Amino acid sequence: MTDDELIWRISGGSGDGIASTSQNFAKALMRSGLNVFTHRHYPSRIRGGHTYTEVRAASDPVRSRGDGYNFLLALGDSFARNPQEEAVYGNEEIKPLSENLDELREGGVIVYDEGLLDASEIPDFEERAEENDWHVYPLDLRGLARDMGREVMRNTAGVGATCALTGMDLKHVEDLMRDAMPEKILEPNIEILETAYEQVKEEYDVDAPDVTVPTGEHDEEQLLMSGSDAISYGAIDEGCRFIAGYPMTPWTEVFTIMTKNLPKLGGISEQVEDEIAAAALAVGASHAGVKAMSGSSGGGFALMSEPLGLAEMTETPVVLVEAMRAGPSTGMPTKPEQSDLEHVLYTSQGDSQRVVLAPGTVEEAYEQSRIAFRLAYEYQIPSILLYDQKLGGELVNVPKSHFDRDPNPTLGKTLSEDALAEEPHSEDGKFHRFQHDVEDGVSPRSIPGQKGGRFLATGNEHSPTGHIAESPDNRVAQIDRRTQKLEAIRADLDQEDTGSYAGPDDAQYGILTFGSQQGTVEEAVDRLNDAGVSVKSYGVSDMLPFPTEQVEAFVESVDEVLVVEMTASGQFRGLVQKNLGRYGEKLSSLLKYNGNPFEPAEIVDGFEASIVEGDGDASGHQTTFVPAAGD
Amino acid sequence: MSTFSAIGDEREIDRDEYTPGVEPQPTWCPGCGDFSVLKALKQALPEVGRTPEETLLCTGIGCSGKLNSYLDTYGFHTIHGRSLPVARAAKLANPDLEVIAAGGDGDGYGIGGNHFIHTARENHDMTYIVFNNEIFGLTKGQTSPTSPKGHKSKTQPAGSAKEPIKPLSMSLNAGASYVARTAAVNPNQAKEILIEAIEHDGFAHVDFLTQCPTWNKDARQYVPYIDVNESDDYDFDKTDRVEAAEMMRKTEESLYEGEVLTGRFYVDEDRPSYGEEKRAIGEMPDEPLAERYWDDDYEWERSYDKFLDKHA
Repeated sequence: MTDDELIWRISGGSGDGIASTSQNFAKALMRSGLNVFTHRHYPSRIRGGHTYTEVRAASDPVRSRGDGYNFLLALGDSFARNPQEEAVYGNEEIKPLSENLDELREGGVIVYDEGLLDASEIPDFEERAEENDWHVYPLDLRGLARDMGREVMRNTAGVGATCALTGMDLKHVEDLMRDAMPEKILEPNIEILETAYEQVKEEYDVDAPDVTVPTGEHDEEQLLMSGSDAISYGAIDEGCRFIAGYPMTPWTEVFTIMTKNLPKLGGISEQVEDEIAAAALAVGASHAGVKAMSGSSGGGFALMSEPLGLAEMTETPVVLVEAMRAGPSTGMPTKPEQSDLEHVLYTSQGDSQRVVLAPGTVEEAYEQSRIAFRLAYEYQIPSILLYDQKLGGELVNVPKSHFDRDPNPTLGKTLSEDALAEEPHSEDGKFHRFQHDVEDGVSPRSIPGQKGGRFLATGNEHSPTGHIAESPDNRVAQIDRRTQKLEAIRADLDQEDTGSYAGPDDAQYGILTFGSQQGTVEEAVDRLNDAGVSVKSYGVSDMLPFPTEQVEAFVESVDEVLVVEMTASGQFRGLVQKNLGRYGEKLSSLLKYNGNPFEPAEIVDGFEASIVEGDGDASGHQTTFVPAAGD
Repeated sequence: MSTFSAIGDEREIDRDEYTPGVEPQPTWCPGCGDFSVLKALKQALPEVGRTPEETLLCTGIGCSGKLNSYLDTYGFHTIHGRSLPVARAAKLANPDLEVIAAGGDGDGYGIGGNHFIHTARENHDMTYIVFNNEIFGLTKGQTSPTSPKGHKSKTQPAGSAKEPIKPLSMSLNAGASYVARTAAVNPNQAKEILIEAIEHDGFAHVDFLTQCPTWNKDARQYVPYIDVNESDDYDFDKTDRVEAAEMMRKTEESLYEGEVLTGRFYVDEDRPSYGEEKRAIGEMPDEPLAERYWDDDYEWERSYDKFLDKHA
């Protein structure tokens, strides 16, 4: 597990090209035949501040970030604040090196830019290197890049050094640079790449690299894609041609991908004054007959509560995406967390109805984005796609064939003018848009501009024509009908289980998780089974309507269950218990809310201490264990 | 049969077509100015040739929001302050619809003020009628954004310490291309102004003084009214921003001194509507987006064919 994988971490400051360099390197690794997975860590700052991206590459499938990493490329933070002045953030100039040492594995490699970083400023650096058997290569990457063309190309020099020290064929990187870079900067970059590569080879004995790049082969074409890409493409393939939004990290990624692509498809994107407007625009566009979406992150989504309720009450189909980040309030804007679960499930007044799906992987993000649209339009209900900064931003390779599917632009139960003429109307010609007794609770709709279809959509309780009505009989009939839709949606979802299962069916123990932690849990399950612990996992995606039967069967089939989630209060465990109504004595929680997603080893350790060893101390340095109610 | 055959339907329209069978008699208080808005709309819509089923009326919450119950068109009775974002999206989705938004002064200038500013700024091709009665009516008489300074109510018992909103000036500054004020007590002018506003290609804002006899002024207090376009006492060019701004300032001040000035204050026929602006930069299709979903011959693009190569 540790020998046949490269986990390469590139560090620097915001604005130093860490994201683009790592993306290119990940793609080069993917093209060389490897499976890749990236993990980003960055501050809410335009320039400067501790930033890194990890690229994990292996010949076997990778579903998660790894435990620590084994190769550090530390560039300088060119926007670090002056270390001579007292700063709350400490000495930023040295952070690309100093902040990354704790997680570097034994025997790991450090390449740092000695043109910008001075290792002697780090206390005990040499001792630590010796103790951990780190192989340290101080290289003047900045100087090299400056001599060859431009100082900013020092990232390329660092990649060249990486290739030399890991035995990676330069060809993969060069091919990629030729595809990705404009002519003007391509040649100097190639020159810098090759020079750095040669210099390292000359200066150091790299015939037996300390950390090597594994080799692999794909049996079909792969794409490097993030959760945000996948959600956007799912929306496009369902015929979504309207988006409205307001920028907010990390939802902005979906918003910008859609905004870039929609005009090419004759669609419309609107950047508007606030999130109330954004959601209301999506409702308005959908009401007028277009497949529409909006979205935001925690605080912005809070503003959408009222339009969300309006969509529910008027049965206007709409898809909202919610990209969670650490809260409450502004929280930690660039750090992942799953603690908006209850917010998204329960926000907006009254007995409101909605669909909430939480995909666990990039592939599921595409799939469930499509399901969210299909359900919204077929059942005339808002669908929310709940994900987080981790899933939205991580890059993984996905087979291209996964996306080779037919588009589905259908509007659901929407009537043509011919069909409308056959439907019930009032004497004055008003269409009965909200009929009491209809299959699955879904009353067919008309679109403004159609003859014979006029009705009133209102947030007030209403009669079949949409007229405001408060009679008890009508009230009960309408609420029962709207509620009935959720039962029909549950039955619909049951036809194709969106959950993800790992480990042996007859395992003794279970792990339940939801959303983006799924891949990490599954890696932990594999490791536990390899170590002789009998455990299986269930990554749940349907938050509402909840797959009660499936979850109950899973819990019933094992002795004990550990619920893994990135919240401080165990929101997902609460949802499970609310829906199951019992089993409290069987469920314990492993929580993490420090701003970083779980590493597989943290789940392995937590599971072993809490479940296998019983009452052991299951809380690691940054995780929290909450025992079962019966303990 | 085309998808939206109500659109562009050329026929004689009877005013009664806009009267719903369910509730033909509005529940507004006797003497309420809201009746005049309803009546003026029922007169204006047939004159501009817009049938009930090619018109989408979006309202907010309050007495004004009940307009949807008494004017029989396609309707969307939204939530407090949010009629404009719903309405303008419908217009973008299907520009062939006649889109009218309406709400009260609390709805439009208070809770929905941000949407008002931005919808005016963007100059969407639609009409926005604000029922301005200088009070919160349906919630029983609280001070509103247009209530005068010193206005006493249960929520401002010592008298409001706030200057009222200046809706016409705000609209002009925000970017509306048609700004008018009319009054319930002047039905002929109201009808004419609504016709102009509906026909205007851009954001037409009509501040409609609707007396609230129960909680605020009665009709007599809006009489006499003066039409600034016709009165010899006022001479200004409504196509000139600077002159319009000065006329608006006078109008807004004089309302609280008992002088009711009405008319067209600003008209810019040259400014392109938002839809035109967006089409000009290639961000909006020429054909209404809503039509596409009914076009059996349309080839729906797939991300697989259009966008995936860059990920390889």
